[in-house]
Parts: sequence; structure tokens; C-alpha cells
Amino acid sequence: MTRGSVLGAALTCSLLVLAGAASAKDWKTVVIGMEGAYEPYNLTDPSGKIVGFEPDVAMDVCARMKVECKIIAQDWDGMIPGLQAGKFDVIMDGMSITDERKKQIDFSTAYANVPAALATAKSSPLAKLAGAGKLVNFDKDKAAGAATLTSLREALKGKTIGVQVSTTHATFAGDHLKDVATIKEYKTTDERDLDLKSGRIDAVLDDQTEIVAMLGKDDAKDFTEFGPMLTGGDFGVGVGMGLRKADADLTAKFDKAIKAAFADGSIKKYSLKWFKIDTTP
Amino acid sequence: MQPVTWTTALGFGERGWGPALLEGAVLTLLVSIAGLAIGAALGSLVAWSKLSGVRIAAAIGESYAAIFRGLPELLVVYFVYFGSSAALTGLDHLFGGQGFLGVPGFAAGALAVGVISGSYQAEVFRGAFLAIAKGELEAARAVGMGRWLSFRRIIAPQVLRFALPGLGNLWQVALKDSSLISVTGLSELMRTSQIAAGSTHQPFTFYVAGGALYLALTSVSDRVFEFAEARATRGMRREAR
Amino acid sequence: MMDTAFIWDIFLRLIVALRVTLSVWALSVFFGAFIAAGVTWMRGSGVKPVEWIARAYIFVFRGAPLLVQLFVVYYGLSSFPVVRASVFWPFLRDAFNCATLSCALCTAAYQSEIFRGALAGVPHGQVEAARACGMSGFLLFRRVIFPIALRQALPAYSTEVISMVKATALVSLVTLWDVMSVALKIRNDTLVTYTPLLVAGAIYFVVNYLIARIFIFIEQWLSPHLRARSA
Repeated sequence: MTRGSVLGAALTCSLLVLAGAASAKDWKTVVIGMEGAYEPYNLTDPSGKIVGFEPDVAMDVCARMKVECKIIAQDWDGMIPGLQAGKFDVIMDGMSITDERKKQIDFSTAYANVPAALATAKSSPLAKLAGAGKLVNFDKDKAAGAATLTSLREALKGKTIGVQVSTTHATFAGDHLKDVATIKEYKTTDERDLDLKSGRIDAVLDDQTEIVAMLGKDDAKDFTEFGPMLTGGDFGVGVGMGLRKADADLTAKFDKAIKAAFADGSIKKYSLKWFKIDTTP
Repeated sequence: MQPVTWTTALGFGERGWGPALLEGAVLTLLVSIAGLAIGAALGSLVAWSKLSGVRIAAAIGESYAAIFRGLPELLVVYFVYFGSSAALTGLDHLFGGQGFLGVPGFAAGALAVGVISGSYQAEVFRGAFLAIAKGELEAARAVGMGRWLSFRRIIAPQVLRFALPGLGNLWQVALKDSSLISVTGLSELMRTSQIAAGSTHQPFTFYVAGGALYLALTSVSDRVFEFAEARATRGMRREAR
Repeated sequence: MMDTAFIWDIFLRLIVALRVTLSVWALSVFFGAFIAAGVTWMRGSGVKPVEWIARAYIFVFRGAPLLVQLFVVYYGLSSFPVVRASVFWPFLRDAFNCATLSCALCTAAYQSEIFRGALAGVPHGQVEAARACGMSGFLLFRRVIFPIALRQALPAYSTEVISMVKATALVSLVTLWDVMSVALKIRNDTLVTYTPLLVAGAIYFVVNYLIARIFIFIEQWLSPHLRARSA
């Protein structure tokens, strides 16, 4: 090779290395956005600090990645533009991983998957629905899934079901129950539970942990869980961290750390602390 | 978590949200005042442009008013906050900065509230100006008062007098619009109530508490406006009967 | 990126929701006007207890955020067993009724203040002259006070009416899905940052612009003596 071309090749290589280095961001600090109003995923204590399952997981995972993580509060409306604008690098807010959402952002691997459950008044005929205590997975057991769906549709005919808007439960209800029952969508689960108690809706479909927490309160003694717990299918694979598509390297780092946190049982520990059950996907 | 009674939840103890709610109330008040002031400046400019008779000025003023009255407030605060932050970040990157440089949330929020309020205040000022008896304006000119003098002694006091009820309304609107600032990440009263409600699963307690604090702010500002109205309309018959 | 099929899909969904927005808006402004007229009359009645009730009404419904009012009317009232057992329950059970009622009560407070300001702005000389001619009572109101007050109220009234269009965006709190709420829902489902909001913004802008134009037309129609001014 001539001198010129060796020099040329060296220059090109070094330029490529530089370019590569410039595009691979050096992640020393990561800013995470949370709402702080979504107990037990994340909530705010009166002093203003954000605590909950997700902060615990975040701190754990960031320590493994050797980065400093800052959690900032953001209301949901400003969350998405904030991510795209760079105000924060990660959204962690009980966000379900869906194919629709994957078109816009990248998700880490799921760090929790809470099965769905139903609740109704004890006096309602729905309370007697078969399958209580079982877990039906629409992905893994298609036959049981179809049978459960049929019996659900039969039982809920003409009834009103309450779900939280923009959740996998709302998607499930919209896909499978809309033609037999009336679906009412609520902005928060608290408001929906109020309507269950006042009789405006006959049943609610939500995270099993949320149902259990609601039923544990004094004013819910006339209500009960009914039917099997549901997972898979429309309910997706769980909740994950949301990141910008451009930050694939950061996503990979988080994936690795999350897997490690599962492997040594840390996430299970946090899950039991906040959800009272193991929400490992 | 152990459920707390509403008295504890609102109190000032360790698990009480009292201080947080009060902080939110103060922030709400400050944003609203700043927003109203900015709105007054913009609104009087637009009203003047429409009344001046200069076609281009009137057209600009009218477009501004039409745009910001017609658009939902959420969009306006997005444009103001994320738009100005993007501009600032771009400027910063030009000088070698990295990451995100955000415009302070308070400034963006107050500006958004002000821009929206201004578009409404323009109408109030315009209506107030048109309510001034023509005779007074003619008399001022006949007596030889210059533009600034007649503005200072005749027009401004009367505009203020007629605009006060409308401005009172717009102050209430600004007070409610101030909740938009939560998009920038700051927690004013409404957002604090919602955070508390979501963190303690006690929506009723915190909606009512937040509402009560808004009423307290209203009560104080009502007094202020009543005082202002009484002063502005002294010597004038209050209501046509 | 601008995916036209996506935008069109959003647009169609929002147009369907427009029906919710406009019906809540129209009914609440309409009924609110009547409530406001009553409240304004009470406030100027001269009878102290009646005046006090009117002032308290305006204080509460203007002072508290509409979000809180919606919450109390829909969730708050229904939490009392006595309400659920009463004759009002079939009405209050329905989300649309509660939302419209709450918005009507809220706009009535603002409208009442507008009416009050407009009445106060009627030049006293005109009223004196009318009385000197022998007019009194309803005739005085109908021929002198009302027309003048109406004209003076229009700018502030159009403001309030347009405000209400946007205020209906809060009804998603009580399970009604108006244009803004559906746009935000699409945004949450897809995480597309701005497109649903821009489409919603365009729809609101057009609706509000039309309403504003109608009010300008009414104003000009009622003010022939002012038309020469800004030419």
C-alpha cells in the first residue's frame, strides 16, 4: 500500500472512532420521570419525595449500571413531550409495553407484570362466576382462555364494567367485551372505585393488586373479587421503562441490569414490599 | 400502607399534606398574579390596536386574540414551555452544551397564562372603552387635552372602572388556568391535590381540600376587587334601576 | 412523522367526540344563562338575605375549580345513600346529566357577574330620562336597560361562552369523552407527542372562531351608531 492510502485509511478509521464515540453517549447521569401519583408503582410522600416500587427498582438498577439516577416529578401530560425533548431520559410510570407504543419509543424488558382481576358487589350474580383463584394466561393456554372469555361475556351481558383509560384492561374490555357490556372508562382507579360503590357500575377490571388493596378498606366490605385472574393476550407482557429510540445503548444497559436484579431476587423483594405479591413477569 | 384519616392527611404532622397544599396554593397565587399582569399589558395593547383604526395593527391584534382564545390552553402552555425550552436548548448546544436546558417552569407558566389572559382582557378593555360616554372624549378634545393627558385623566380611570367586573372574572379564570403550569413539572395547588389523592387513595378528601384552598384565595381576591370597585366607582351611581 | 392515514383516523374519532363537547357546552351555557339571570336579580334585589345567597353562590361556583365542582356533583353526591335513594337519583346517576348540571352551575356564576357589570354600565342619564318620560318597571327594563346592557355584555359574554367550550375538556373526570379527552387518550395509547393535540387544537380553533364571529356579527348588528368609528 502507498503512504497516502495508509494515511487515508488511518484518518478514516480515527474519524469513524471519533464519530462512534460522539454518538455513543457517556451515560453518567440518567434522569427518570415519574408522576408520583400512582400508588404503589410510584407515589409522593408529604415531604415531596417520590417513593414506591419503581423508585426502588430504579435505584437498584442504576447502582448496578454505575450511573447516577435522578428522579423528577412530572404530570402525565408533560411526560411524553418531556422525554422527546430530552428533559428526562426514561419514563417509569407503570407504563404497559404495547406494540402500538413501541412504534414511538423503546421499552426496556418488563420489570413487573400484575395479572388482572375483576371485582363486583357480593350481592351481584356475577360474584358466583366460576374460576375464582385460578390464573388464566391467554398466551400460554389458548383453550382455557377462550373458555374463560365465553363465560365472562355471558355473565357480563348487559352489565356495566369500569376500567382505567389507556391501560391494557381498557384494551381488553374494548376488544372483547364492548359488544355485550357497557364499558365506562375512568381517568383514575380511585374514581372508578367510587362509582362501583355507588352502584353506577356493576364490575371493575384492574390490576389484581389494586383490587385487593381496594377490597381491604373498610368501605369495601360489600364487595368481592370474582372469576379467575387474567394475564397474557391483550394484557401484554407487563410494564417497562420507556426510552427514546435513539438511546438504544441505554436501553441495553437497563435490560442487562434489570435481568441481573431479577436473577438475585432484588426486584422480587421490592415487589413483595409494595405489591404484596410477586409481580415478576 | 396504613390508611390515614382525613384529619391526619390534611394536617401538618409527618404524614400530613398541609404544608405541601399550602405551598401549592402560594405557587398558584404567584403564577396567577404574574399571568394577569402580563395579560393586562398584552390585552391593553391589543385593545388599543383594535380601537386605533390602523388596519394592520388591528389585524395583528385580532389574529393574536383569535388564536389564543380559540386554542385549548394545554396547547398554548406546550408551545410556550417546550417551544422556548427547545429554543434555549438549541442555543445552548451552539455553545457546546449537552442535554436539555429548560426555561424555568414559573416563567413559562406565567407567560402562558398571560398570553391566554391577554387575549380575553383585550375584549374586556375594548368593551370598557366603548362604554365611556362619547361626550366625555369630545369634551376632553374640545378643552384642548393632549393624547397623553386625556388618556391619563379621562380614558384610563374610566376604562378601569368599567373593566373591573370583567377583570374580576378574568382573575378567576387566571387562577384556574394557573393549573397548566403542572405541565412544566411544578406542583401548584391542583396538581398537589391530585398527587396527594393518588398517593393516599383519598380523592374526596383532597379534591375538597384543594377546592377549599381555592375558595380561600378567591375570598381574599374578592375583597381586593370589591375595594377596587368601590374606589373606582365612587361618585358614580352603581346600578341602573 | 405526518402519517395521513393516522391523522385522518384521529380526526374522525375527534369529530365523533365533538358531539359530546358541543352538547355539554350548549346545554350548560343555555341553562346557565337562566340561572345567572336569577342570581343577578337576587343579587340586586335589595333584600339582604336574598342578596347574601346570591353572593355566596357566585363565590362558591366561581371560586372553586370546575374540576372540583364536577367531582363533587358526580362522585360526591352519589356517595350519600340518601341521595341514591331519592327521586333525583335517576337523573344524577347519569354522567352526562351531572356534567351538564355542574358546568351550568359554574358558568352561571361567571355569567351573573357579566350581567351585573353590564347593568352597572348603563349610563344613569338614560335611565333618568326614561323615568322622566314616565317609563317604569318592566317597560323601562325592556326598552332602555336591557338593550344597552346586552350590548355592553357581549364582549365579556362571548369570552365566557368560548371559555366554556374549552372547559368541557374536564368532563373526562366523569367518564365523558369529549374532543380533548379523546385526543389525550389517543396520545396515551400511542405515545405520539403532538399530532393528536394539534388535530384537537385545530378543531377547537375552528369552533371557537365561528362562535367569535357570530358574536362580532351580533355586536355590529346591535350597534349601528358605533359602526362609523373604526373605519
